[in-house]
Amino acid sequence: MPEMGDIGSRNGRPRIGVYVCHCGTNIAGTVDVRSLAAYAGGLPSVAVARDYKYVCSDPGQDLIRQDIRDHHLNRVVVASCSPLLHEPTFRRTLERAGLNPFLLQMVNIREHVSWVHTDKQQATRKAKDLVRAAVRRVSLHKLLEKKKVPVNPNVLVVGGGIAGIHAALTLANSGKHVYLVEREATIGGHMAKFDKTFPTLDCAACILTPKMTAVGSHPLITLWTLSEVARVEGYVGNYKVTIRRKPRYIIEDLCVGCQECVEACVYKEAKTPDEFNLGLSKRKPIYLPFPQAVPQKVVIDPQTCIQFKSGKCKKTCVEACGDRQAIDFNQKESMEEVEVGSIILATGFKTFDAARNAYYGYGRFSKVYTSLEVERLINAAGPTGGEVILRDGTRPKTVGIIHCVGSRDHNTNRWCSKVCCMYSLKLAHLIKERTGAEVYNFYIDMRTPGKGYEEFYDRLLDEGVHFVRGRVAEVSDWAAHPSEEGKLVIRAEDTLAGFVRRIPVDMVVLSVGLEPQADANEVRRLFNISCSSEGWFLERHPKLAPVSTFTDGVFIAGACQGPKDIPDAVAQAGAAAAEAMALIDLGSVELEPYTAFILEEDCSGCKTCLPLCPYHAIGFDETKKNAAINEVLCKGCGTCVAACPSGSIRQNFFEDEEVFEEIEGLLTYA
Amino acid sequence: MLNRNLQALENPPTEFEPLIVAFFCNWCTYLAADLAGTSRMKYAPNVRVVRLMCSGRVDPQFVLHAFANGADGVLIGGCHPGDCHYQEGNYKTLRRFHLLKRVLKQMGVEEERFRLEWISAAEADRLRTAVNDMVAKVRALGPWRAPVSPIPEQRKPVAEEVAA
Repeated sequence: MPEMGDIGSRNGRPRIGVYVCHCGTNIAGTVDVRSLAAYAGGLPSVAVARDYKYVCSDPGQDLIRQDIRDHHLNRVVVASCSPLLHEPTFRRTLERAGLNPFLLQMVNIREHVSWVHTDKQQATRKAKDLVRAAVRRVSLHKLLEKKKVPVNPNVLVVGGGIAGIHAALTLANSGKHVYLVEREATIGGHMAKFDKTFPTLDCAACILTPKMTAVGSHPLITLWTLSEVARVEGYVGNYKVTIRRKPRYIIEDLCVGCQECVEACVYKEAKTPDEFNLGLSKRKPIYLPFPQAVPQKVVIDPQTCIQFKSGKCKKTCVEACGDRQAIDFNQKESMEEVEVGSIILATGFKTFDAARNAYYGYGRFSKVYTSLEVERLINAAGPTGGEVILRDGTRPKTVGIIHCVGSRDHNTNRWCSKVCCMYSLKLAHLIKERTGAEVYNFYIDMRTPGKGYEEFYDRLLDEGVHFVRGRVAEVSDWAAHPSEEGKLVIRAEDTLAGFVRRIPVDMVVLSVGLEPQADANEVRRLFNISCSSEGWFLERHPKLAPVSTFTDGVFIAGACQGPKDIPDAVAQAGAAAAEAMALIDLGSVELEPYTAFILEEDCSGCKTCLPLCPYHAIGFDETKKNAAINEVLCKGCGTCVAACPSGSIRQNFFEDEEVFEEIEGLLTYA
Repeated sequence: MLNRNLQALENPPTEFEPLIVAFFCNWCTYLAADLAGTSRMKYAPNVRVVRLMCSGRVDPQFVLHAFANGADGVLIGGCHPGDCHYQEGNYKTLRRFHLLKRVLKQMGVEEERFRLEWISAAEADRLRTAVNDMVAKVRALGPWRAPVSPIPEQRKPVAEEVAA
């Protein structure tokens, strides 16, 4: 085989192969691929130009490899989809044919042309311009080598909900060390608050708590609660993460979780709204978040503890703790630094603030609850021991469940939160089961795709739960009839019956939608990933890379990526763990060689570039009196290259000449 | 080969369609353009995108070179301030942009022909609006004609070098 990786083959001339992909009709429907290929074939240095139905398919790639051999190609241009999708594919094609993978240039004629334009003539013209530019650019491409770096086998998992728990356990069970960081005092997330899970009506605690305990006791999981990630540095395989650990005021290693301190607290009555029960019950300043909390350690809330407020408490808790001496009022916030190779973000969601839809009366009428509050009400470990008892002590005889509160609504959130229909059905079933009340569901569309979900809906229909199709206009306490006296009236258009109904109820449940966490934006900046416009973390590809992000080595799982139910969150967590494991087991990762380098003989030592680099990759060589770039630290943005007044900094793959050539190619008619 | 400028002078087109060169960063604006594609949004076909890793890589020479070669406008797209994939490359772009804008003005390039937009990976709609708006404005201005032929003589297209 000739030495085809060499640019010098065949008298130093570039011999370019151009491949125009039809992508079925995706491209061919809007771009005249035949004339585009014919046009490319007439461009200087192009040895062969073809159009093919699917260039990314095996036969398509074989075609390129065959041409590289037969036509002695030393450059390839593929005009198809976005390089972010198939650049790795075609680089491998070149590699397998013995060519350096960086002798490829891709032209995006799908996302940037055929899918966004309608006029075939204009689209084809644009495609020709782009191909011409690529042909001219690729002639200047140089042989580049990917840099190999080792992968640290430790993994950081952020968020201790069901997704984070599952990812951490999967990794730890395969022998990887996991740092699990959770902001709250316990792991468990939203799932720990639920009573039953749909559609099987498994008790949430029964299936979750064994996993939580496993996390707490796993020798390979370092669990840090009351902690947040403060800083992330480094790159795939080699992240350095700083974690802020907030004080619990309890020495975790010494606390045995006996809760004698809680009993002994000078507050005989609990007075603070209990966050875990969404304020439906009270807790003391020293408390265990919930009975199955992991770690099974109490926590002191400095906002309400008398010792913190006045310093003059009798400290009966310390007395009760006795020899164990687990209480430490002087604990301070600390910073821990860990080194990991990959990061899994499973930071979850928050529920829609029902008070934003004022017309449903949440916060105004005591008998209006959010669905999450009802989860606690019907939970056997909840504030009422599983009885549906309203805030005024009564039991409801009629209950209205309003779907899509903060979902599918142009005034608040436009997306469907995916889980509300199913959990509303579940709550309807449980409320009916516990109270025998008449339950009305007000829905826009019943969305129950999923294994066993539609069957669950059928079951509810048989159980005699009422369904009214229509968006509720308002919930009011204004009685238009004696039968409505003392009740909340739900006014809604019944779109199936074709008239407006007024239904008096004792209790209203608002099925609140899912929203990105309030600080999703800060978190994504911390980890250098993107968000969709709604605020959900953006996956690398919606279909084919659903847990990867555009930052290598950072994966996402669970509802931080978008609304999803428990099975989906768990499946994603497993996928994210597998992605992290793939990285670890390979042992090393190849980095793009787009780094900058200095032409020492041209560098005047002006130091313009030095302050520009956010990674401190540029140093100054005092003996040579010129700038020096540390290739390992350089991330390849090219900011210094653009700034160098003497043009003595170059960037691999984005050299000035290459870009100039591309610009000229775009603008010059052949 | 004919330069676009010269061609425009020789055969004045009946209906002027501007040609705009865009420099998009790999992580935000290029992705927004990809998203516009996957969302099947439609926008003016007058923009030709050059992909760079960061808007910070946009060398002022790239912009000048585009105008010199007959681009009717240049659009730079980067991540929003604070969102740069490389922490602060876009701030450097912003600095250069303002300086370059003044230089271009002195050279007779109208303000509307040179534009900087912050477009995140999720903002396909913003991309469409920016492109359509810019194309409309540049179309109204008419073709950009450099006062004197600005093409450096020493730079020949590679194809000619190869042929020589």
